[in-house]
Amino acid sequence: MRQLSADDIEALSVGAWILGAGGGGSPYHGLLNMRRLYREGARISLMQPDDLEDDDDVAVVSVMGAPLVIMERLVDARLIARAVEAMQEHIGRRFRAVMAIEIGGGNGMQPLMVAAHLGIPVVDADAMGRAYPEAQMTSFAVAGLAPAPLTSVDPRGTEAVISRAPTWKWMERASRKLCTEFGSIAATCKAPRTGAEVKRWGISGTTSQAIRLGEAVHSAYRRHEDPIEAILLQERGKRLFEGKVTAVERRTTEGFLRGRTGIQGLGADRDAAIEIEFQNEWLVVWRDGAPMASTPELICVIDNDTGEAIGTEMIRYGQRVTVIALPSPPIFLTPAGLGYVGPRAFGYDFDFRSVFGA
Amino acid sequence: MNRLGIDVGGTNTDATLVADGRILSAIKVPTTEDVTSGIVAAMRAVIAKAGVRVDAVMIGTTHFVNAVVQRRHLAPVAAIRIGLPATTGLPPFTDWPDDLALPVAGGSWMVEGGHDYDGRRFMPLDSAAVRAAARDIRARGITQAAVTAMFSPLTQEDEAAVADILREEIPGISVTCSHMLGGIGLLERENAAVLNAAIIPLAQETISGFERAMRETGIAAPLYITQNDGTVAAASQAAMFPVFSFASGPTNSMRGAAYLSRVQNAVVVDVGGTTADFGHLHTGFPRQANASVRVGGVRTLFRMPDVLSIGLGGGSLIDPDNAGIGPRSVGYRLTQEALAFGGDKLTMTDIAVAAGLVDIGDRSRVRHLARGLVDAVLARAASMLEEHVDRMKTEAGDVVLIAVGGGAFLVPDRLAGVREVVRLEHGGCANAVGAAIAQVSGEVDQVFQGLARDAALAQARDIAERRAVGAGAAADSLSLVEAEDIPIAYLPGNAIRVRVKVVGDIA
Repeated sequence: MRQLSADDIEALSVGAWILGAGGGGSPYHGLLNMRRLYREGARISLMQPDDLEDDDDVAVVSVMGAPLVIMERLVDARLIARAVEAMQEHIGRRFRAVMAIEIGGGNGMQPLMVAAHLGIPVVDADAMGRAYPEAQMTSFAVAGLAPAPLTSVDPRGTEAVISRAPTWKWMERASRKLCTEFGSIAATCKAPRTGAEVKRWGISGTTSQAIRLGEAVHSAYRRHEDPIEAILLQERGKRLFEGKVTAVERRTTEGFLRGRTGIQGLGADRDAAIEIEFQNEWLVVWRDGAPMASTPELICVIDNDTGEAIGTEMIRYGQRVTVIALPSPPIFLTPAGLGYVGPRAFGYDFDFRSVFGA
Repeated sequence: MNRLGIDVGGTNTDATLVADGRILSAIKVPTTEDVTSGIVAAMRAVIAKAGVRVDAVMIGTTHFVNAVVQRRHLAPVAAIRIGLPATTGLPPFTDWPDDLALPVAGGSWMVEGGHDYDGRRFMPLDSAAVRAAARDIRARGITQAAVTAMFSPLTQEDEAAVADILREEIPGISVTCSHMLGGIGLLERENAAVLNAAIIPLAQETISGFERAMRETGIAAPLYITQNDGTVAAASQAAMFPVFSFASGPTNSMRGAAYLSRVQNAVVVDVGGTTADFGHLHTGFPRQANASVRVGGVRTLFRMPDVLSIGLGGGSLIDPDNAGIGPRSVGYRLTQEALAFGGDKLTMTDIAVAAGLVDIGDRSRVRHLARGLVDAVLARAASMLEEHVDRMKTEAGDVVLIAVGGGAFLVPDRLAGVREVVRLEHGGCANAVGAAIAQVSGEVDQVFQGLARDAALAQARDIAERRAVGAGAAADSLSLVEAEDIPIAYLPGNAIRVRVKVVGDIA
């Protein structure tokens, strides 16, 4: 167990945004909440999954919703804490600790806000190792763990419990409806996990991974070094392509942001071009009609000038970018994992092949 | 119609008189500490030269943004947020630099109310709490208020109601409503509203100064202030919304370039002493930046031109060892320090003189420069220009490049990705010309739901046109200059965010 410093939290927000793989929403509001809570004296402890007892209860949290709505409703630390309290009331037990469902993007900051209000530690783990568009795309779902119960709360005082759901997909559908009624945003506490489940099926170490990644980027800035190189070194990632954005196409279907972006090569990649397709997050990199990289490996598009990751909502013509791939948590590379988050799970007709070779 | 355009910059005040498409006169005088006397001098000179009556005066100034950057002349502001019980985690003045919050943060009051993205009410407005806040603000003697409600760009009802209560309860209060300033993004829009409120007293004083200068010069004509988007607002309107004048400098250059060249779609480069500023003209107006913009260290969201600056100007220092250019520059000391003017610093201007691109200073003083160095520096400057022209493009293909500013001679006629380089007779005063020819605009940035794309665009256009007429445009002169729709992830019912802008001539 270690106490997180204010600098750790700054670094976490940078790392979480990169691990968002183009989606997950901005961690900015979560960071602002945490700065305020730290000024007010709160301190967060980060605990390793191995330090959990098998029968400990762990809360798993996320805010579901549209980034645009978050821009107006803002992120409120007390609301996500309330979702966890509602779950405690439902199950009649207190949580030992709290963890994120997805480390990537704004949700990577949510467990810290719960921890600050309820005085429990954050578990150094999540269930995605990145961001994914749908709630069933988790290691817990791959493991076949129970999808229910779930609490979903609104700041005006409406609180709902979905006490049963036959599948993760049904849980996603029912909770999405609640979220829509609440104003397309809801603070949720997902199905509680036991210490044993977190140790066996959680993706360990992703909070500290995000912190180290953010630190590496910060330190590259301080030394005037290439932040992209720092990301690759830190995450054992691979540089896929460097170029200029020449086309962006977006559409919303079924509540998701889908589309593609074309990138014309520069430097060593001059005379080549790629295309990246996305559904909230970057999904597949195409080159000469063949997949060059795909989910579940993380595809990140980094701005060559600022070294910052670019979200699928923000990419635009003319940006100079480097496309990189970062390794996926091993559980998603199993046949069961690929069934949930491999290319076919997103409707593509090809088998996953790692960019990192055999 | 004889239009007098003035651009008050940090170094120079430019003035020009434009009559029915002709530049009657153009002048450049040093900006003065008190601003007004420099303007009086410029007005007198340009009118004397043209010898005509003035029908309208348009002034662009960097005065307001400088107040924020330098933390001077700022008034304390009461920030009223309508959105409880949400948004409490991030109260007003969150993420403000301390030295700016100190003079500006006059207190915050948060009350229940606001709307959702689909126009449904989020919470009933707590009018009693607003009244209590008003009495508190009055007791504290604060005279500027900024009101921000959740999703107010879609539904202005609550901001308007709160403004009414404040005016009832606090005699003489000045109220800025956030929906007048920006789109979706509560924190950024609220920041813009607070900054606006903080500089209203300065704006009123400055604009009275302009009016005084006009009286001293004997000009009896309406005064307009130029805006970030290349249009103008009547002086009384501009005094209430000074943030809209923050970035009018680069905008005026680009608009002037469009006017002088008659080119509507092009990349513009304004080469000055220290930097080259790139912008993109789209149907005659500068393209706006898409993301949030920090002003004086505060995140805001109102529309600013998308401008890219690099350290390439006439005064840029040259490193003879590696043919490196800038970013350091001799700036306004060019005519003392550059080699060609008898100084001892090797500048970009010296390279241009040696290469015969421009005939200023004493060419014999740069004759010793090695041909290889001169060529290498010019090649580097060309590739810097090429790269940044390309960055400003919105689609593939060659573009027209308009070169303006005192250092336009540094732009070669042939550049990769450029179809044609356009140079202008009055290019040095493009900014004042841009001010002189400015029109009036109306804008909308709103989320539409359950409407087909065309219907949403039509509805947005209708709102924008009504706003333009309200701001003083002639209804029969309106034209659409910008229409953009962005589908929104996660929201049901094919929600799209539509941005539309129309402009028209002054009525």
